This record gives sequence, C-alpha cells and structure tokens, in this order.
Amino acid sequence: MNLLHLPWLELAIAIAISGSPIVARFRDPNRAYRWGLTCIGVSFVCTFLAGLAFYVGVTTEELAHYSPQVRLFGKRTFSLDDLSAPLVPTVALLHLLTALATARTKMRRYSFSWSLAAESIQLATFSCVQEQPWVLVGLLAISTLPPYIELVNRGRPTRVYALHMALFVTLLVFGWGAVDTAESMSAVRAQFGATLLMAAILVRCGAIPVHCWVTDWFEHASFGIAILYVVPLSGVYAAVRLVLPIAPEWVLRCIGLISLATAVYAAGMAVVQRDARRFFAYLFLSHASLVLVGLELRTPLSLTASLCLWFSVMLSLGGFGLALRALEARFGRMSLIKYQGLYGHSPTLAVCFMLTGLASVGFPATVGFISTELLVDSAVEVSASVCVAVLTATALNGIAVVRAYLLLFTGARHVSAVSLEIGLRERIAVLTLAGLILGGGLFPQPGVSSRYLAAEQILERRDKDRTAQTALSARDQTPDQ
Amino acid sequence: MPDVVQLLPALGIVVVAAPLLLTVVLGISSLIGRKLSEESTTKLGHATIVCGLLAAVAILGIMLAVDERHIPLPLGDWVVIPHHYHFSVKFVFDRLSVPFAILSYVLSGTIGAFASQYLHREPGFNRFFVLYAIFVLGMIISSLAGTIETLFTGWELVGLSSALLVAFYQERPAPPRNALWIWVVYRVSDASLLLAAVVMHHLRGEGDFDRLLGDSPWPEEFSSLEPNQALFVGLLLLFAVAGKSALVPFSGWLPRAMEGPTPSSAVFYGALSVHLGAFLLLRISPLLDLSPLLCSFVVVLGLMTAIVAHLAGSVQTDIKSALSFASLVQVGIIVTEIGLGLRYVPLIHLLGHACLRTLQFIRAPTLLQDYRTLENAIGEHLPHGQTGIERYRIWLYRWSLERGYLDSLLSEYFVFPFVRAFRWCDGMERRWTDFLSHGPSRDSDQVRSPSGGIDELA
Repeated sequence: MNLLHLPWLELAIAIAISGSPIVARFRDPNRAYRWGLTCIGVSFVCTFLAGLAFYVGVTTEELAHYSPQVRLFGKRTFSLDDLSAPLVPTVALLHLLTALATARTKMRRYSFSWSLAAESIQLATFSCVQEQPWVLVGLLAISTLPPYIELVNRGRPTRVYALHMALFVTLLVFGWGAVDTAESMSAVRAQFGATLLMAAILVRCGAIPVHCWVTDWFEHASFGIAILYVVPLSGVYAAVRLVLPIAPEWVLRCIGLISLATAVYAAGMAVVQRDARRFFAYLFLSHASLVLVGLELRTPLSLTASLCLWFSVMLSLGGFGLALRALEARFGRMSLIKYQGLYGHSPTLAVCFMLTGLASVGFPATVGFISTELLVDSAVEVSASVCVAVLTATALNGIAVVRAYLLLFTGARHVSAVSLEIGLRERIAVLTLAGLILGGGLFPQPGVSSRYLAAEQILERRDKDRTAQTALSARDQTPDQ
Repeated sequence: MPDVVQLLPALGIVVVAAPLLLTVVLGISSLIGRKLSEESTTKLGHATIVCGLLAAVAILGIMLAVDERHIPLPLGDWVVIPHHYHFSVKFVFDRLSVPFAILSYVLSGTIGAFASQYLHREPGFNRFFVLYAIFVLGMIISSLAGTIETLFTGWELVGLSSALLVAFYQERPAPPRNALWIWVVYRVSDASLLLAAVVMHHLRGEGDFDRLLGDSPWPEEFSSLEPNQALFVGLLLLFAVAGKSALVPFSGWLPRAMEGPTPSSAVFYGALSVHLGAFLLLRISPLLDLSPLLCSFVVVLGLMTAIVAHLAGSVQTDIKSALSFASLVQVGIIVTEIGLGLRYVPLIHLLGHACLRTLQFIRAPTLLQDYRTLENAIGEHLPHGQTGIERYRIWLYRWSLERGYLDSLLSEYFVFPFVRAFRWCDGMERRWTDFLSHGPSRDSDQVRSPSGGIDELA
C-alpha cells in the first residue's frame, strides 16, 4: 500500500460536502473565506492525488480496499476513467481559483457554502461511473438546485431559470426512464427515450431556442457562481455518458445540427453585445455548442477534438471569466458600449484577459489551438458546410474577444484616486490558468493522447451498446413463435 | 565542405529560436509584472535579431557555396494521433524563404534600433517591444514554414501583433476602432487560410508543401493536384492573401493601420506584413501554374488594387497615408507579376520595395525638412502633379478621397446588416425573457459605463 491507494476521490467529495454546512455557520465573511478556501484547497489536492493515482496505474481493486463506497452504496459508484481523470481535478481547480480570486469587496456576496455544495455535486457528477446512470441522472437533477437557491437568496427573478431547469430535469428523468425500461420492453421506447434525452441535453447546454436561461443566469447570479455552474460543461458530460452510447444516428445528427446553428448564432450574438456578462454568456454558449458538434460527428478524430476542446474551454473560459470578474470587482458591471480605458490600471489583467480569450478561440501556442485544428480537420471529413460553419463560429468568436478587449482596456484612461492594480491572489489565479493554457498549447501531445484514449473507449462502448440495441430491435421485428 | 553542410540544421534552429527567445523573455517578464528596463529590452532585441540574421546569412552563404537550393529542416511531429492526424513542424530554406527571412531580420533590426530611440520613455515602450517580438517571430515562422499549418501559426501571430500595434496609442479614439476593423479583416481572411490548410491536408494526407507542391527546389516545383483542386485551394488562399496584403476589396485597412507609431507603420504595414500575401502567392506558385483561371484572378486583383491605390494615394493629405497607398500600388503590381507567371522578378521587386518603403516611412517625420533641403539643392520648388481629365476630375477626386468607397461598401453590405440582424435577435430574446419573467429581465439595462468615452464602432 502507498499513499496513492487511499480513497482520495471520495475524500475530495466528502470534504466539499461536509465543508458546506460548516462554512455556512460563519457570519464573518473573512472567516467564511478562510475556511471555505481551506476546504476547497484540500478538496483540490485530493482530486489531484486521485488523478495522479489513476495515471500511475493504481487499479480499481487496490482503491476499493480502503474505499467506503461498497459499504455505503453496495457497489462502486464514483471512480475515475480516461474521460474523467483530467476533468475532475480541473473542476476542483476552477473552484479553488475562483474562491482564491474573490475580492474582499465581494466576499459577503459570494457564498462559499453554496460554492462548496456545488463543487461536491460537480465532483460526484464528473466521477460517477457509467454503470450507475440513475445516480448520474439524480446528480444532474440536484445540481440545478444550488443556482436556484443562489437566485432566491439574491432576490433575483428565478422564473426563466426555473422553467428551463424544470424542463431539463423532466426530460432527463423521463428520457432515461424510457431507455432503462426499454431493455425489457421495445426498441421504439428506447428511441423515444433517446429523443427525450437529446432534448434534455440541448436544454442543459443552452442550444437554441432554449438558450435564454444561460444569459438570464449570467444577468442575475453572482459572476463567480455563474462561471462555476456553466464552465465545467456538465451537459456535455451527460451527453457523453447517457446519450452517446445509446442514441441512434439521427438523434446524434439532430444534436449536431442544432449545436452547429447555436455555435454560429451565439458567436454572432457575442459580437454585438453591449454588456460584458452577456458577451461572456454567448461566448460560452458558442464554445459549448462546438464541443457538442465534435461529439456528434462520431469519428475518433472529432471525438478527440471535442474532448480536447472541452478541456480547453474549461481552462480558457474559466480564466477569461475570472479576468472579467476581477474587472467587475473594481468597476461594477462592465458595459461594452463605450471604450473604458482600463489598461493603465492593470496591464497584467489586460494581458490575461487577452491571453485567455484568444486561447478560447484557438490562437496558436495556446491550449485551444490544437483542439480547434482537430475539430476543423474532422469537420471537413464529414461535410464542407460543417467545416465552414465551425470556421465561421471561431472567426466570430475571435472578433468578439478582441472587440471586448478593445472596449474594456483602450480609450481615454479611466481616472481613479486609488490603485486598481490586480491583487496578489487574483494574480496567482489568473497566472496559474495562463501557465496551464500556454503549457498545454506548447506541449499538447500528452493531453491529446489522453483524450484520444478516452475517445476510443467512448466509441468502443457505443459500438457495444448499439450492437445490443440492434439485437433488441431485431427481436422486436421477429414475429412471435 | 560536408562538415559545413552539417551545420545547417543548427543554424536553421538559431534562425527560428532567436525571435522565439525574445518573445518568451519579454512576454513572460510582462506577464508576471517584472518588466525589463528599456536598456535591457533594447540589448536583448539587438542580440537576438543579430544572431538570427547572422545565422540566416550563414545559411545563404552555405547554400550558395555548396549549390544547394532546397534544405528542409523537419523538427518532427508536434502532435500525432496514429492513423488519424499529425501536425508536423517543418521549416524550409530555399531561394524564396531565405531572402525573405533575411529581409525580415534586416528591416526588423533596423526598426528595432530606430524604435528604441523613437519610443524612449514612452509609457508603451515595453508593450511595443512585446508586440514587436511576436511580429518578428510570426514573420520568421511564416517565411520559413515548410507546412501550411506552420505557416498558419506564423500568419496568426503577425495578424494579432499588427492589429494590437495599430491600437498602440490607445487613449485616442481612432486607433482602437481601426484596430478592430483590421482584426475583423484579418480574422475573416485567416479563416479562409485555415480552410485552405485543412483542404490541402485532406487532398494530400498532410500539410507538407513538398507533398502538395512537389519536392523540386522553388520555383521549379510541380504540383500533382488536379486543376480544379488547384483552383479551389488557390481561391481560398487568394482570399487570405487579399486580406493580409490589403488587396481589393480590403484595401481600406492599410491607411487605417497608420494610426500606429511610425516604426510599426514602417516595418509592418509598409514593408513586411503587407508583402506577406505576395510571399504566400510565390510559395504556392505551382498551384497557379496549374490553373490559368486562377492566374487571371490574381492578375485582375493585382491590377485593380494598383489602380485604386494609385488614385486614392494621389489625393492623400498626410504623408503616412500617401506612403501606405504608394506601398499598395507596388504590392498590386507585384501580385500582377506573380499572376503573369513571373517568379524571380516579383521576389526582387518585393525585396527592393520593402527596403525603399521602410526608409521612406522612417524619414516621414522629417519630410518637410527633407523637402526644404531638396528644394534648396535644386534651387526651385518641386513640381506638383495634375489630374489630366478635366471632365471627371471632381468625381474622380471624390471617389479617390473616399478610397474607392471600399470601406463604405463593406460596411453597408456586410457589417451593418450583420449588426442589425443580431441586434434584432437580441431584441426578440429580450421580449421572450421579459415574457417568461413577467417583467423586465435584464439587469444589464441599468449598467452605466464607469467613464466617459467614444462611440462604439457600429
């Protein structure tokens, strides 16, 4: 036995979930910040060790020896595989950096308790094994609650969010219910279930025309919480785990087409936005849709591209959101109507804003470059029009990012009596992400290899499940003897 | 002699690594908030540019001495997915790339030395040199690229640094607006280049120029593509070239770029960046040889650009704009020469023009003094040009003053409809969320700008 045989993943989830009520007890925001940050930090270290254990080859049997999962749930429910091994630590890192970069002026508003609760749910979701789909469905349903409570606590309108999430949960539960019971019933029901699941995924990922909840969420939630809820792309995870293995071709084609339209539409909307948060929301929507486009093309290359892009979106848009949040902490909600002239106050923030923004649109030497290349390369295999649409979306996103940069950081210098330079904690947060973005961009091979392995496993799994479904369908069509 | 040839890979790496080192040092020191002093920045810039230049000249010398015309420098696969994809990094030293790389180093070095004096104690000194380093790196990568993916990498670096340098004087209203315009043009044309790269990758299974254009030394390569394939890829590349070299209908961005500081106008838009498109056309010249139709497009585009630029340049009232259009006239002629099937002539034209224009740009701030000296020397006033056709003079003057209405056309038929369509969608979304919320749904309507400013680019 060595240190890596310990159940680090379970510890990470347990620390986040138990930290939430503890932090909720503190009335002093500084104390809540210190305790919250400690819990989130320890949770991140645990996920990092869990990821490390996976990559050094610690087997499930070795981990099971010290894991309480079998005793608690009867079977193993949370585990890392090739898909989730890098995602889980990245989700924890995003939570850590967001908490770390919270400005003192915002500590009272940022709920560390709900952040910890949301983190525990996300960690559990991203590590939930494929063999426990109902647990995943439950976690995805529960994950919609902390944002709702956030909106209620802030006294903001909840109807848009609540309606969309109610629709998502209903479609998800009924969809998986139909798929689950179809194994003993009929293939028609399985197809019906897959259709409902497709609709659920599209709602959760913010595909048009059910995307308005994302912009509304960014309008009303605190920015940090808003970023953490959407940027890990839980909807895409649900698509990979629940839809991709069982969905017929036409369902995937529908998801692909709607996602493609969303990617272009959201990119266009990002270009014309007059508010920074809405701009970010559309930028995110466009990227989330591009990830889905890659998934639905169903080739090893496109799936690898999509998984790489997913990782890149988490890092780059996470960093981009943090840079925007740091600006908001100093100047309030940022408008994109006039040139703000903020460069002089914080050049580092301006550079990080530009770097993370460009990384998200696939600029060379950043983590997004190779994923965009792979995505375009795989799209052209399928159809020239898909390739042109992907290129249009990325070009528009690039224009939107630089337009936002110019509007925020150039123009007549904003006059301020106090220093508005980036703080140490914010600097650590954005530089960590900048380092990962540049490191991943300059040395992409390990990341691409790991995503390719995950893509192959997903496709293998799909082939196996589709074969079983074809057999089921054939049985349905055979007249009773 | 063979021992000398063995030095070539090492020298090739120095050529590429020198600007990379400059970018990394200046970039990281800026990112972590530990900017180098002006003196250190200047010294580092000089040292790296001189190293790169010496290495490039040494390569040229060795190539001439051993009569070697095509030296590939494969650095291996950067990313590989077995049986599906590979992104290889490869540089090529030949009669096209080496002169262009040397030109880039000479002009960048000259302008680096000039800028260190010109921008002395300017608040944006460090920012200028970071962007300058990215630009030089982009130019060197583009000029030596042996695969289209490598070329695309350099192309993007050049585009970003150019656009941000236009916004260098960022407290004034016009530079950021012009920078955004230029970025939009670049971004659209870059998408075309990326599409061409992907198509080429699929036609030949890799983006290596040798596989696509034949492995004979430039300009005697012969591509094995079908004429239709060559036309399709060539048109995509021509669109990218038009954006990067400010050919019609994108010519309007070049005078806008003159908002940047004089050193960047000189080296980037007057001399190097604007020629990058012509360089790409020379690089893909075997494709042009396959398709007469493609050649005719190139000729027409080049001629149109030269005519529009000449007319617009004739009525400019500031020296930098006049020089930028003069530059564009020559670029148009160079492109026409390429379309007509010439290879060495446009290359020599390009090299000579870039040097002359850099000199003119950096002398621009002392133009009046130069005129006075010249007039004193010849003993009379310099002659002024006159338009010949009286009947169309006013119309032509207005047309030229509006720069052929090219920017207006792009705005009227592309930018405004685009903005109006998406603003309409935004309005519809507002109505939908207001309906769902039973009231006003957007907090952002109450957001006010923290400072006064200028109007947004429509």
